[in-house]
Amino acid sequence: MDELLKMLKENALEKAENLAKMLDMPVDEVRAKIREYEETGVIRGYHAIVDEDKLDLDRVTAVIEVKVTPERDGGFDRIAKRISKFESVKDMYLMSGTYDLLLFVAGPNLKEVASFVSEKLATIEGVTSTSTHFMLKTYKHHGLLMEAQDEYERLKVTP
Amino acid sequence: MSGSKSPRNLIARHLLDVPRSGIRDFFDIVSTMKDVISLSIGEPDFDAPWHIREASVFALEKGATSYTSNLGLLKLRQAISRYVNSNFGVRYDAEKEILVTVGVSEALDLAVRALINPGDEVLYHEPCYVSYAPVVAFAHGKPVPVATSMENEFKLTRELLEEKVTKKTRILMLNYPNNPTGAAMTSADLQEVAEFAVDHDLIVITDEIYAELTYGQKHASIISFPGMRERTIFLHGFSKAWAMTGFRAGYSCAPPELTEAMMKIHQYTMLCAPILSQEAAIEALEKADHDVVEMKSAYEKRRKFVHASFMDMGIDCPLPGGAFYVFPHVGELGLSSREFALKLLDEKKVAVVPGSAFGACGEGHVRCSYATGLEELKVAMSRIGDFVARLR
Ligand SMILES: Cc1ncc(COP(=O)(O)O)c(C=O)c1O
Repeated sequence: MDELLKMLKENALEKAENLAKMLDMPVDEVRAKIREYEETGVIRGYHAIVDEDKLDLDRVTAVIEVKVTPERDGGFDRIAKRISKFESVKDMYLMSGTYDLLLFVAGPNLKEVASFVSEKLATIEGVTSTSTHFMLKTYKHHGLLMEAQDEYERLKVTP
Repeated sequence: MSGSKSPRNLIARHLLDVPRSGIRDFFDIVSTMKDVISLSIGEPDFDAPWHIREASVFALEKGATSYTSNLGLLKLRQAISRYVNSNFGVRYDAEKEILVTVGVSEALDLAVRALINPGDEVLYHEPCYVSYAPVVAFAHGKPVPVATSMENEFKLTRELLEEKVTKKTRILMLNYPNNPTGAAMTSADLQEVAEFAVDHDLIVITDEIYAELTYGQKHASIISFPGMRERTIFLHGFSKAWAMTGFRAGYSCAPPELTEAMMKIHQYTMLCAPILSQEAAIEALEKADHDVVEMKSAYEKRRKFVHASFMDMGIDCPLPGGAFYVFPHVGELGLSSREFALKLLDEKKVAVVPGSAFGACGEGHVRCSYATGLEELKVAMSRIGDFVARLR
């Protein structure tokens, strides 16, 4: 991956001036490249990584394994696209193994998610079974440990 | 103890002649202050990669609490042999030519003590790592510094060496990529140094601790030149590229007679390197190439950032070819490097190390480590910028 993209993935708020210094590139070029990435859809957007456990939100997340009967034309795609349009489906992947689709579904409470599964998801023609797991605690998200660990203090001057 | 004896009479004379380290001096001042951003740290800001730490924990759980062979675990020596062969192109016998030490620090001491007779002269470049002259003096040798300068990018040249070599010269010590200047030498640069060593029949102690950390150029080692293998003690360790300073793990590769001589001292003074560190070192050599690349890529961006920041301030700062230090020239601002560092610390709470701590010719420079998180570096650079602007 392009160095600029790597750096933005790490910190999307980094100033163009600093990026330019680190990449040894003119600032204008950095800005132009970012714009190009945005326009061509390589960069889809920017968001903050929030530790929701800290916020006392009324919100639950479920991971749902879904088995689907593939169709002669298009395999899993038609049903997958249909499911992915639900607002509460935050992430979704086609998987190898004992089930087909893996969904990350968010809702205000257990009941709402359960009713999404039983009323919306399970009733779709072609969906043959679902298995729902509720998340209890986040340890790591987007490569970041959520529970800050005490830093081991280093000496201030060493040879 | 007799009350009449002053410490001067108690302590060995050759030890009294070695001055207190400029680094310790500075450390004592910095440690009394709060909220300092430190660019004075000669070690990675990264923790050792988790899988390396985990290898140590796993070994501890299995009961790895014993001594190892004096030379070090055979499995580690074999891994070192493979690593040195594939990265430096020289084959060393894991049974007879490799010694695992407590960091490169111990290996330097062993190498010097194994070779020096009282009065023998040792050539080394300045600026250099703080321990070179002291370990030579402790071994009753005579340290002979060869001053390098910004004009020749802090590289050693045959010309500089010829000025200092005498009939008593036995050893040449060198360290590229260099602490504190960040200078790296190319293969072409090293060739004449290798020829110099052969022509004067010197033993070379090469400290390759920053070998993995070169930027925009491939690391070149003096070990690869004709006639060098039989006269070189090749030192390396895990402190820098693997971020493992606290493990205290290093090694030496040298012909059997030299290894045997170093081992004689090591076995009676150290016995062996800590087993848990050796276990971690095996993991580091076998499974951590990716981590080294990732850390290096972070250093590389910070290096450019710090260099560009100094250039923006109008400070002369050679673009370092390796390690994780820049060595800007602050001499024309009217302060000695020690005064500069103290005033910067006092007024802006940024700690840099006076260049004079690394040899007299480091005067006029300060060492800034960019093995420091990017956010801290940004603040530090902006504070140094303000400070320099006010001095002008
Ligand atoms: C050039 C050089 N040699 C040796 C050392 C000591 O390394 P170790 O931690 O392996 O004892 C350092 C550490 O700063 C260094 O910079």
